[in-house]
Order: sequence, then C-alpha cells, then structure tokens
Amino acid sequence: MEKNKPVIDPQDVVIHVDNVSKSFGDLHILRDVDLKLYNRENLVVLGRSGTGKSVLIKMISGLLMPDAGSIRVLGQEVTALSEKELQKLRLRIGFSFQNSALYDSMTVRENLEFPLVRNKRNLSRAEIDREVEDVLEGVGLSQAINQMPSELSGGQRKRIGIARTLILRPDIMLYDEPTAGLDPITCLEINNLINDVQARYNTSSIIITHDLACAKQVSDRMVMLLDGRFERQGTFHEIFDTDDARVKPFYDYNFIR
Amino acid sequence: MTCFWFRSVLEKQLISMWKKIRVLLLEFAKIHRFLMRFFREVVSPPFEFKEFIRQCYEIGWKSFPLISLTGFIVGFVFTKQSRPSLEEFGASSMIPALISIAIVRALAPLVTALIGSGKIGSQIGAELSSMNVTEQIDAMEVSGTNPFKFLIVSRVLATTFMIPVLTFYVAGIGLMGGYLSIISKDQLSMLSFFSQVFNTIKMVDVFAMTFRALVFGFTIGFVSTYVGYFSSKGTEGVGKAANSAVVASMFIVFIEELLIVQLLSLLT
Ligand SMILES: Nc1ncnc2c1ncn2[C@@H]1O[C@H](COP(=O)(O)OP(=O)(O)OP(=O)(O)O)[C@@H](O)[C@H]1O
Ligand SMILES: [Mg+2]
Repeated sequence: MEKNKPVIDPQDVVIHVDNVSKSFGDLHILRDVDLKLYNRENLVVLGRSGTGKSVLIKMISGLLMPDAGSIRVLGQEVTALSEKELQKLRLRIGFSFQNSALYDSMTVRENLEFPLVRNKRNLSRAEIDREVEDVLEGVGLSQAINQMPSELSGGQRKRIGIARTLILRPDIMLYDEPTAGLDPITCLEINNLINDVQARYNTSSIIITHDLACAKQVSDRMVMLLDGRFERQGTFHEIFDTDDARVKPFYDYNFIR
Repeated sequence: MTCFWFRSVLEKQLISMWKKIRVLLLEFAKIHRFLMRFFREVVSPPFEFKEFIRQCYEIGWKSFPLISLTGFIVGFVFTKQSRPSLEEFGASSMIPALISIAIVRALAPLVTALIGSGKIGSQIGAELSSMNVTEQIDAMEVSGTNPFKFLIVSRVLATTFMIPVLTFYVAGIGLMGGYLSIISKDQLSMLSFFSQVFNTIKMVDVFAMTFRALVFGFTIGFVSTYVGYFSSKGTEGVGKAANSAVVASMFIVFIEELLIVQLLSLLT
C-alpha cells in the first residue's frame, strides 16, 4: 500500500534539531543529535526502547530542555522562548502521547473542547460543537462523544488523543508510538489516519514507532536512532539495505524472517 | 590498623550524611521555587475563576457530610466528658462558656484541618499524581494551557478559601452538639445557651480561628499539590503521593498549631 509522496523542498525546514545533547544524571541519552524535518513530510523515527525518542520530541515541544544544542521549530528557537511565546508556538504543534494522555475526569467531548475553549475564547457554543463533531468524524468515532476515556479501548483512546491535537489545526504533528499495543486492523486505521491528516491539513509530522509496517506505510523518509545518534537515514529500503547487527533485527522481527 | 578502619568507616558515614543533607537542601530549594511560582502565578492574569469555583465545590461542598458528622460528635463528646469535673466544683453552669472557648480556640480549626488533610489531601495528591503519571499534565502544557495555574493555583486557592468556611461550620455544628449534650441532662433554652456562648467568645478569638483556618487551608492545598505534581512516575507513585500528602499536611498542621499558639500568647 504505497502512498502518494508529497513534493519536498529541502530548503523548507520546519524543525531543525542541531547538535542537541541530553542526559539525565549520569545517563547520556542523546549525543550531538542532528535532525531536520521538511515541510509537509512524514518522518519516521526508529530506535530501540529507551534510546530517547520520546525525550527528543518532548524537547521539540519544549516540555524538556536540551543540555546543549539548538532546536528551531517554525523558525523559532525553542530553547530561548519565553513562557508566553512557547505557549503560542505550541498551538501550532500537535502532540499525540504514547499513552494518549486523555483527561480522565472529562468526557470525550470535554477532552476535545479543552484546547479550543482555552485558546480561542471568542468561539460560540455552536462553533465549538461543530469543530468537535468535525474532528471526531475525521477519526471515525462520532458515536463515542459522550463516553468517558475509561470506557474506551486503547485504539479508540489513541484516535481521540490524535483528534484532540488536530482540533487546533497544527502545522506540525508529533506522534509517539501511535500504533503500539494495537491489533493489526486498528494499526492500519491509524496509519491511514496519519496519512489522511498529512494530506488533508498539510501537516509535517514526526512519527515515532517500532512498527515497521506502520513505518513503511506512512513514511516519506526515515531515520534511525542508534547509540544516541541518528546514524542511518533514507527511505524504508535504504535504511534496511545493510548488515548492521543493530538494524537487521528490526526488519527480521517485523517481517518474520 | 583499627584506627585506620575506624577512619574509613567515619569517612563513609560522613559522606552518606552529607548526601542526605544535600538531598534535603535540594528539596527545600524545590519547595521554595514552587512557592515563589505560586505567588507569581496567583497575581498574573488570566485567572482560572471557573476552575476555582469547581474546585471549591469538589473540595468544600463534598466534604460537608463528613465534616458535619465529625464536628457534631466532637462537640457532643467533649461536652459530655467535661461535665463530671465541672460538676465536682459545682460549676456546671460554666459548661457553655467552657465549650465555646474550647471549640473556637482549638477544636474547630484543628478538627477541620485534620479531616481536611485526610479527605482533601489524599484526593488532591492522588488526582494530580495520576495526571502526572499518565502525562495528562504534559498534554495540558502542550495544548496551550498553563497547568500550574489551572491545576495548582486553583486548588490551593480553593482549600485556602474553603477550610475557613468549613471551620466556621464545624464551630457552629460543634456548639450544637454541645448544646444537645447539655439538654440531655439539664434544662437550658437554646437562647440562653447561645447568649452565654457569644458573651464568652471575643472578637479576637474569631479572628484567631479564621487566621488558623487560612493557614491550615493553604498548607493542605500547597502540600498536597506539591506532592502530587512532583510524584514519581509509575503507578506506585500515585499511592505514595496520596499517602504522603496526608501525612505531611497533618504533620505540618500540628507544627503550625504549636507555633500559632505561641505567637498568640505572645500577642495577647
Ligand atoms: N523526566 C525524566 N527523568 C529522568 N529520566 C528520564 C526522563 N525521561 C526519560 N528518561 C530516561 O531517558 C531514557 C529514554 O527515555 P525515552 O522515554 O525517550 O525512551 P524511548 O526511546 O521513547 O523508549 P520507548 O520506545 O520505550 O518509549 C530512559 O532511560 C528514561 O529512563
Ligand atoms: Mg517513548
């Protein structure tokens, strides 16, 4: 199921991670990492558990600060922004969390409304309802609108989580393991959703995953985090055209060799 | 040889002690930053008024049943237990005066704060730490809402406001309990009971009660939000946070009570 790849302009960089390092105590997670995300591209980040993939995208959205290096998002240096400026920038970045992070004291509707109500205070009730129903339909879960997150399955929660970030129409989407722990059919639905979002809203996305089927289906380009660095990058086929013992098992496991 | 051994043991002890002190000092620095941030955010707009009201409802209103029962029992039992010793001196007519002083000066704020630490502290501690564990706080932050304002400030303000309200209520209901205890033995009209009560209580006692309640309310809110907000990740962090929110706020409430009593006796 190959997708239509968008035309990428290598001059048009939306995220530039430049020479970034991050440690927690004595634990060096990322070492002089470089990464570029081009406009309208789906970039897949591969890497083993605990290599710092989540840490990387948390730094991109300013949830964590790097120890060294610079991160430019949509032309702004994240590490140098004030609280207010960062808040404004974040509205243009959608973050889909590894475990969905739905507000579990709120219904699905309230979850989806939350970013809208809080950031666009001049919207009328009818406009809010329309937006909510719109994104909910986009992820195919219109019937769940009045349910609590605890009543949803993992896949449904993932989709609601994605819907909640889409409601602000972000320019950039960061997906943290969107298909982890889901059955193959739901995975397929999520993959289609990711491609759909890219085509419909013209977003540029970083997708973190261990799931090579997902990677193959959604990626325009892939990078692989090995030993704290992005050592390999390219298309799906370029990445796995190697005998590197750190890379091959990914492929062999996913495609049952 | 033994001397050498002794020195190395001593060295190890000193090092481990220094490490503990360092951890403690770092914790104090963190608490200080949290406190400063609270005061900064509390005065800078936008104000989360709706969330404050919602928290007042969650924290205050939902505590009324429990606090009514406890307040009543404390008043009732205290009166019943004081009666024999007062009767011995033939001073049973002093009972209303005695219980009003006991309730307003000590029991009402303390009972409210302790029940509040248990009920409200554990509620806030568990809620915030589970939001922390499941990254809901991060999610709030990346969707353009300041979680410190929305979650912390609103809760601390709500406890600071609601604990005094509950304290006044407990004082009232405790006095009612006392009255019922009295009339189970003696004849006394409610009017003369309450006129004795209000003749005994001075304005300064009411102020002192309000002051205590404000301090306790702030303490409960501050301690339990701090513990919940910085809870360790993982599900066992939630239980731990709920637990230490209760223990720490109760402990600090007692310390403060001690200090406030000293302070008031200096002032009056
Ligand atoms: N806030 C934090 N404080 C301390 N250590 C952290 C923190 N966040 C992450 N780490 C550590 O950084 C390392 C990388 O974490 P990260 O969550 O980025 O891994 P990951 O690549 O996303 O793995 P997975 O595929 O399992 O999600 C882990 O060893 C983790 O313990
Ligand atoms: Mg991760």
